[in-house]
Amino acid sequence: MIESLTLAQLAYPEPMSASVLAPYLFVSTAMFAIGLVGFLTRKNMIIMFLCTELMFQAAGLALIAFGRHHLGADGQTFVIFVLCVAAAEAAMALALVVLLFRHRESLSASAWKELNG
Amino acid sequence: MMTASLLNTLASPIAMLAPEAGGGHAGGNASAHLEHLVSHVGHGPKWVLLIPFLPFLAFVLNALYAAFGVKSKLPAWTTVALLAVAFATALNMFLNFDGTPYTVQAFEWFNLHYGDKHFVANFSFYVDKLTILWMLFVTGLATLIALYASEYMSHDIGTGYNRFFAAFSLFVVSMSCLVMGDNLIMLYLGWEGVGLCSYLLIGYFYKKPSAVAAAKKAFIVNRIGDLGLALGVYLTFVHFGTVQYSELFQNAQLHHYIDMAAGGDFSHIPGTAQWIALLLMVGAFGKSAQFPLYVWLPDAMEGPTPVSALIHAATMVTAGVYLIARMYPLFLVSEHALPIVAWIGTITALLAATIGMAQFDIKRIMAYSTVSQLGYMFAGLGLLTTTGAAFHVLTHAFFKALLFLACGAVMHGFAGQLDLRKLSGVAWMKGWGIVGVTMLVGCMNLAGLPYITSGFYSKDMILAEAFITPGYAAIGWILVFTAILTAYYTFRVYFRVFVGPQHAEPGDDHHGDDDHGHGHDDHGHDHHGHGFHPHAPGWAINTVLVILACASMLAISLAYIQKEESHGWVGSMVAQSTASFHSPYAEAAHHAHVEHTEMHAVAGPVGTATPGTVFGMDAHQGMILVSGIGAIFGVLLAAYLHGPKGWQGLFLGGREHADKCRMDAIAKRAGPLPKWAENKWYVDEFYHMVLVLPLRIISHIFHWVDKLLIDGLVNVFGFLPRVFAWIIRPSQSGVLQGYAVSMAGGLVVILFVVLIIVTRAGGAS
Repeated sequence: MIESLTLAQLAYPEPMSASVLAPYLFVSTAMFAIGLVGFLTRKNMIIMFLCTELMFQAAGLALIAFGRHHLGADGQTFVIFVLCVAAAEAAMALALVVLLFRHRESLSASAWKELNG
Repeated sequence: MMTASLLNTLASPIAMLAPEAGGGHAGGNASAHLEHLVSHVGHGPKWVLLIPFLPFLAFVLNALYAAFGVKSKLPAWTTVALLAVAFATALNMFLNFDGTPYTVQAFEWFNLHYGDKHFVANFSFYVDKLTILWMLFVTGLATLIALYASEYMSHDIGTGYNRFFAAFSLFVVSMSCLVMGDNLIMLYLGWEGVGLCSYLLIGYFYKKPSAVAAAKKAFIVNRIGDLGLALGVYLTFVHFGTVQYSELFQNAQLHHYIDMAAGGDFSHIPGTAQWIALLLMVGAFGKSAQFPLYVWLPDAMEGPTPVSALIHAATMVTAGVYLIARMYPLFLVSEHALPIVAWIGTITALLAATIGMAQFDIKRIMAYSTVSQLGYMFAGLGLLTTTGAAFHVLTHAFFKALLFLACGAVMHGFAGQLDLRKLSGVAWMKGWGIVGVTMLVGCMNLAGLPYITSGFYSKDMILAEAFITPGYAAIGWILVFTAILTAYYTFRVYFRVFVGPQHAEPGDDHHGDDDHGHGHDDHGHDHHGHGFHPHAPGWAINTVLVILACASMLAISLAYIQKEESHGWVGSMVAQSTASFHSPYAEAAHHAHVEHTEMHAVAGPVGTATPGTVFGMDAHQGMILVSGIGAIFGVLLAAYLHGPKGWQGLFLGGREHADKCRMDAIAKRAGPLPKWAENKWYVDEFYHMVLVLPLRIISHIFHWVDKLLIDGLVNVFGFLPRVFAWIIRPSQSGVLQGYAVSMAGGLVVILFVVLIIVTRAGGAS
């Protein structure tokens, strides 16, 4: 079926209907909620970092879904950027976690409670 | 009464002579004479630059010695040698001078155009006879006193010796700039330079609080005078458009003013032109220690004695006299300047003499005597006899330097003792003969003993002028009275300290410097207790004293050399400079005198100016008689009140101990007067109450205003953010989840608000 698509059809596919969009958004919201709850409840910094990644990807999924819904390339472009930033950020965050661990011999975020105002 | 006569004479003397002179003598001639003097200012030989350069070289070398910590007499010999060459150069300048003033440029300094003004002040030197006169005695005395200091300061070798000679050389550099500069900016540079060196040298013993206080006092009091000088220089440029002597004295406007002043008409001379002289005068009063700015000079005696002799007696303090003499044309066009100068000089002379009479510190007596003699010089300037003033500057430089150095020898030998009650018969002690004799020569000159002393002739020239110029007889009598007091206080020192029974209590310091402690081992003397032996002066001190004594006596001849033209040698030196102004009265008196002796009892062809008389005699003759008798009377009075028994007290004295004399009994009966005079008429206390104390109070008030108001305001601005931070700081809990909750909560709130807005907008549409 893919072979039978014309160039025009590739460039202008059918808009995705709202009923098809809804499950994507549901999954995206669920992922974001899980990430947020995980971030708020766990103290292990690596888990917290994974939770932020989860929230990232939730946002990415919603962006792609909306992009498909509106037939625009913006959403996908944006997600590519988000993935790049996420990759860089992952390297930074893990390095930071390693450094913090070396100082306190602990991965718990509460070990750094003295950094208060 | 004094005020009344002051007001009466406030009309300038040149104005007063106008009706008789009718412009014929002093009128057109006055400016023409000046123009003739400065119209051909040429370029001089470059070697003249050696005079300021050599002392500067000495300064640099001494500074290097100080940096490398030289511990020998090397700085003294360097200074003496270089200053001697500078003196030789000055002498050469004198011998090669053909009567035409010239300038020598070292380098270009200021050369500014703005608008139509052209400000030029080069680093160049103006040489005329007045410059030569001053430079001769400045470099000559500086050489001699450096030689004296080589021995006097020898206890400080390795500590302050290098520093002393560095400042000493720098002083000579500054003085050369002051005297030789060809513009008022150079003069100002030198003026501040000598002030700086004076400050450095008064505060030489910087560990002594009184020396530090005296140095500050000298500097601050001089600020007042320097403000006047600075404003005077500024006004000169504003009004005449130049600060260079050669241009200033050729200024057509100035010549016009001089002719008007000689005609007695001051009303058409602009106020700015008249103010210049008054402002310059304030500068002169500060530097030359005239009332009311004289208070710093007596305190300046805290410095080492060679400094007192060179700077605070012979050279620097005569800078004010030089300034007025140099700027004389500007003083002539000011209606009130010269009468004020005359009266301030007279008041200073009398006031300082009365204070000097009651002091017990011999160096202080000499200091007040210096103030008093400077008063004579200013009176001379005010009385139109620049020659008299310059002659007195010259003789005074010699004999006062001599007196200070002799006192310094005593101070040096008796461990800082200067109290005349604790010393007696010093001249008879072993090794002190030369000091005794030279001190006698100095005292005779200061007292002005008739016919045999140079001080007598120079003082006479000023005194006679007071009687010659109409309206100034009161000044004359005050100055004659002061001359009696001078003779009295001078010989009071001599009769108490140098003759009589031998007695000496050592002073309590080692030449005022604690640094070298008890290091007099080479002399083998114990300076404390009963084993005290004064150490007599060595060859350097004695040589300098003898040379200065000879110079003081030989200066008499200056009154006789070239007697026929103007007023002797000094007269010829002054006459061919910008300071030249012949009082028509003096001319008339001179001619009348000459004709009188030639048995032509006719008033000569010298206009109709009538010379004043004293007791019906020619003023000069009369003054020789009156001031001569006065001086002898003062000496005899001193002998009676302070002299020792026997021939040493001229058979008048009755003193048998160092501190018991007839004066004590009289002082007891005289009420509070001697005490007041001893306390300097409480002038210092008066200044303290009227000037220093209010300033202190105001500064305290401002201190608290600053502390409470200004600082308070600043602190409030620092305090507010801290309060704000204190309120919101708890939100930074340090719990990572806390931040996340607030972020998520914030997001929820924002979304909720957005939702409501969107819903409402949707509902509305």
